[in-house]
Amino acid sequence: MRRRKGFRFNPKHGLIAGVILCLILIILSFRFGELFYPVRNAVGTVITPMQKGINTVGIFIADKLETLKSIRELTEENKRLKEQVSVLSYENKLLLQNKYELDELRKLYELDQKYLDYPKVAARIIDKDTNNWYNVFTIDKGTKDGLAVDMNVMAGNGLVGIITECYYNHAKVRAIIDDKSAIWGMFLKTSDTCLVQGDLKLMEDGKIRVSFISKDAEIEDGYEVVTAHTSPKYLQGILIGYVSDIKLDSNNMTKTAYLTPAVDFQRLSEVLIITELKEPLLKEPPENAINE
Amino acid sequence: MKRAIIYFLEIIICFVLQSSLYQFINLANVMPNLLIILVVATAYMRGKTTGMTVGFFSGLLVDIQFGNLIGLYALLMMLIGYVAGFANKIYSRDDYTLPLFFIAIADFVYQFLYYILEFLIRGRLDFLYYLRAKILPEIIYTVAVSVILYKLLHMINHCLDRNENEEE
Repeated sequence: MRRRKGFRFNPKHGLIAGVILCLILIILSFRFGELFYPVRNAVGTVITPMQKGINTVGIFIADKLETLKSIRELTEENKRLKEQVSVLSYENKLLLQNKYELDELRKLYELDQKYLDYPKVAARIIDKDTNNWYNVFTIDKGTKDGLAVDMNVMAGNGLVGIITECYYNHAKVRAIIDDKSAIWGMFLKTSDTCLVQGDLKLMEDGKIRVSFISKDAEIEDGYEVVTAHTSPKYLQGILIGYVSDIKLDSNNMTKTAYLTPAVDFQRLSEVLIITELKEPLLKEPPENAINE
Repeated sequence: MKRAIIYFLEIIICFVLQSSLYQFINLANVMPNLLIILVVATAYMRGKTTGMTVGFFSGLLVDIQFGNLIGLYALLMMLIGYVAGFANKIYSRDDYTLPLFFIAIADFVYQFLYYILEFLIRGRLDFLYYLRAKILPEIIYTVAVSVILYKLLHMINHCLDRNENEEE
């Protein structure tokens, strides 16, 4: 627009000023990342409720549409299901008896896996990174619910990811299928370690790459991979997924395989966060015990 | 002043929609890039200065929420806004196809730079795969959405113009 009151503003000067400002910001945030923590926290605290609201509206509308579409189907289904109920309730009784038996057997074999005992907090996924390249999402719990950076996130009984940033009422989680994610895993049956790396290319097939498996590891398709004891941030023994397509690398030293995660990342809406951190490796005793 | 508030709201709304409606409007794992549409459309309708400013602030918002470095996407979006501002010289009120073309180019440039900055640096060399899987679908989707969004933005801009002319 040519009619600027008073002085004429040259866009070229504005561009130069903007570029310099951006470069300063980039250098500042690269050198002192924590400097911007309050800003990020403040903006996040304002934006998160909006996203939550829109999310609620979206779910509501999707729900309503679904309802309208399926009312007719539902009435027919209802009739069919009622018949099934009577059949199933009988079967249920039989199964209950089996269940008691199973419980007893479980106790005997101590099949309860270790991670069932970790303290957990449930959270809802409210938002996903705006671009299509990454798998980073936001959950609606933050420091006020006792979360902290590096806490492990699960869904069902499999590993989802890890908290990378934690704010007052929300936190960012990086999924294990993310391109930047890498975890030390271990085959449950043979205790061989491996590196589980996310890969954008495999993401569409719902798979992750597993590499650095020892050549001598006697593994087969379908073996369970859990987080390893060597992992610095992940608690030991959380199920990651099942291995497949094992191949010997061209260097004849290691094997590579694909891994199907135990969690369905396409339909993830609620997650559990383990509020226990893996003990960090400290070279020296901390100076004061409450140093956070 | 009124214009600034409107732009501010547009940025916030586009950003929030894009980030939180993901699970409802994504097709083939791809989201339309609403902020690029906003920046290019504004630059096309209003010129370099406005395009640059809107680009800077929307990029900054992305940086603050998701980026590791603050200022990187602000810089990127600002440059896109500035360059798109050159198109203001051939701005015509009735042309609804030309801006779509600009949006497609801008989105490609943005995605391409994004690939270089975030993926190529880490040694992911298979550009053709990323082009096919991420960049092209996003461009197509973005252009499709911008057919509607551009009309909307154009309408808002038209109203603002009329208001300002009456005041004078």
